[in-house]
Amino acid sequence: MSDHIILPEGSIEKNTTTLNLGPTHPATHGVFQNILELDGERIVSAEQTVGYIHRAFEKIAERRPLYQITPLTDRLNYCSAPINNMGWHLTCEKLLGIKTPKRVDYLRIIIMELARISDHLICNSIVGVDTGAYTGFLYVMQYRELIYEIYEEVCGSRLTTNIGRIGGFERNFTAKAFERVEKFLDEYPKVLREFNNMFKRNRIFMERTIGVGPISAERALNYGFTGPNLRAAGVDYDVRVHTPYSSYDDLEFTVPVGSTGDCYDRFLVRDQEMWQSISLINQAYRKVQEFKGAEADVYHADVPEYYLPDKNDVYTKMEALIWHFKIVMGEIDIPPGEVYNSVEGGNGEVGFYLISDGGRSPYRLHFRRPCFVYYQAFEELVKGSMLSDAIITMSSLNLIAGEMDG
Amino acid sequence: MLSNETIKQRLIEKFGEQVTNFAEPYGMLTFEAPKDMNLKVIQFLYDDPELKFRFLTDLQAVHYPHEKERELAVVYHLHNLEDNVRIRFKVFTNSNNPDVFTATKIFEAANWMERETYDFFGVNFVGHPNLKRILNVDEMDYFPMRKEYPLEEQTRVDKDDEMFGR
Repeated sequence: MSDHIILPEGSIEKNTTTLNLGPTHPATHGVFQNILELDGERIVSAEQTVGYIHRAFEKIAERRPLYQITPLTDRLNYCSAPINNMGWHLTCEKLLGIKTPKRVDYLRIIIMELARISDHLICNSIVGVDTGAYTGFLYVMQYRELIYEIYEEVCGSRLTTNIGRIGGFERNFTAKAFERVEKFLDEYPKVLREFNNMFKRNRIFMERTIGVGPISAERALNYGFTGPNLRAAGVDYDVRVHTPYSSYDDLEFTVPVGSTGDCYDRFLVRDQEMWQSISLINQAYRKVQEFKGAEADVYHADVPEYYLPDKNDVYTKMEALIWHFKIVMGEIDIPPGEVYNSVEGGNGEVGFYLISDGGRSPYRLHFRRPCFVYYQAFEELVKGSMLSDAIITMSSLNLIAGEMDG
Repeated sequence: MLSNETIKQRLIEKFGEQVTNFAEPYGMLTFEAPKDMNLKVIQFLYDDPELKFRFLTDLQAVHYPHEKERELAVVYHLHNLEDNVRIRFKVFTNSNNPDVFTATKIFEAANWMERETYDFFGVNFVGHPNLKRILNVDEMDYFPMRKEYPLEEQTRVDKDDEMFGR
């Protein structure tokens, strides 16, 4: 490889060094590879290889009924699995023309924003780890744990959540779940503030991240960047604002933007988004509390064809038993149609392109995975910079192998 | 505000009868053009001061084995971020000679998306700088997302697999 790479002018090296960063390297935080050509410690070129954990979800989805595809979406961006789940439910609901009750929308917002916080929290604290500050990562981990406990209370699992169903949630939020949300809202801001004290104005951190891995707004758009990485470059594109879903338009929030698109701006944008998420959870939680009487128990839309009936009804009512059987066996035909729907995931626009020909499973399903799209810019971001800067750039892009490989 | 009707009119003014099959499934304007026109249409959508479709959201293919000479559809999802309008643009090609011009000269983002499309459907993007497999192994000699490769029957019993026996 190194024989056809020309050393930059003024280099004192005799030839370039090839360095394999990955597929299993602690700095990649996931299974993907970078083949770097180094002139001393500077990067001359980088070639990315992905696909080590490709699991053929799109092919598998072509034989599964809609509800069985939800667990596949968990495994895309596993740092914020609930957002993928909700995105998938919303896509199905759009295709099927299901309108969800307001309470469901707000509950979904609570879950999605918690997921966004846990996603950004991991990313920002990992940037900290890669700049040499492990403490922050360990300190905030207990609040990711609390978020996972909320998921656990709602759906029973923690990482790959499979949360919610087409039309709503599998069960109502328990009092304990709300208690934990309250605990989170009460305690987390203090923790986040302390976490920020450690980094935001820390001279070492600033010098390691400012001007590292920058990208202009124009290039970022051309590369198909979305999410915090695009906003750090100064473009205020946010799916929650542009195409509001799940009643995001009822709530108030701002879209933070950066200007230089470097690692420091990405850190700040993610940080500000966490504050916005806290405010969103607060607003959505208050709205949920406003429902009184029968409305306060609504947690799913009335769609017997797609929403599994209550287990007690299955044992005692004929109709519920029939629906249960038909849904579980995947005997429900999906109406034909072609739909693209996207949500704002942890890393940007998570899109679902679903084509149905009227069968029991999708004819074609494509996941737009933001990581996959913007990882191709990596070479441009790190060319000419130091190896250690490339590592910070990689973690501040929040590259998730599961999302890249699909 | 840019409406679907305006986009449609602008396209018909420019390309006449070559842009066809206009539809609006779930509100998204969808149309198709002959495959050798794909770059002209995308470039026009990009450059036109009114249309400004300058963001490539997604690019993938769909396989329709029963539609003769139109087996593979390459689907572009384009987004005008200023007016917040999305459109879907399709070109169809046959599967024996699946040559389609690459959009990498207009969008850097198309690079890996096209590699993925090639990897799974075998669409040959003419002019692509580095058209090789991306998610599957390099030695693979077929295009797995095509419909002629069905998933394995889940109930099969003839397989003797000691490690993963079922």
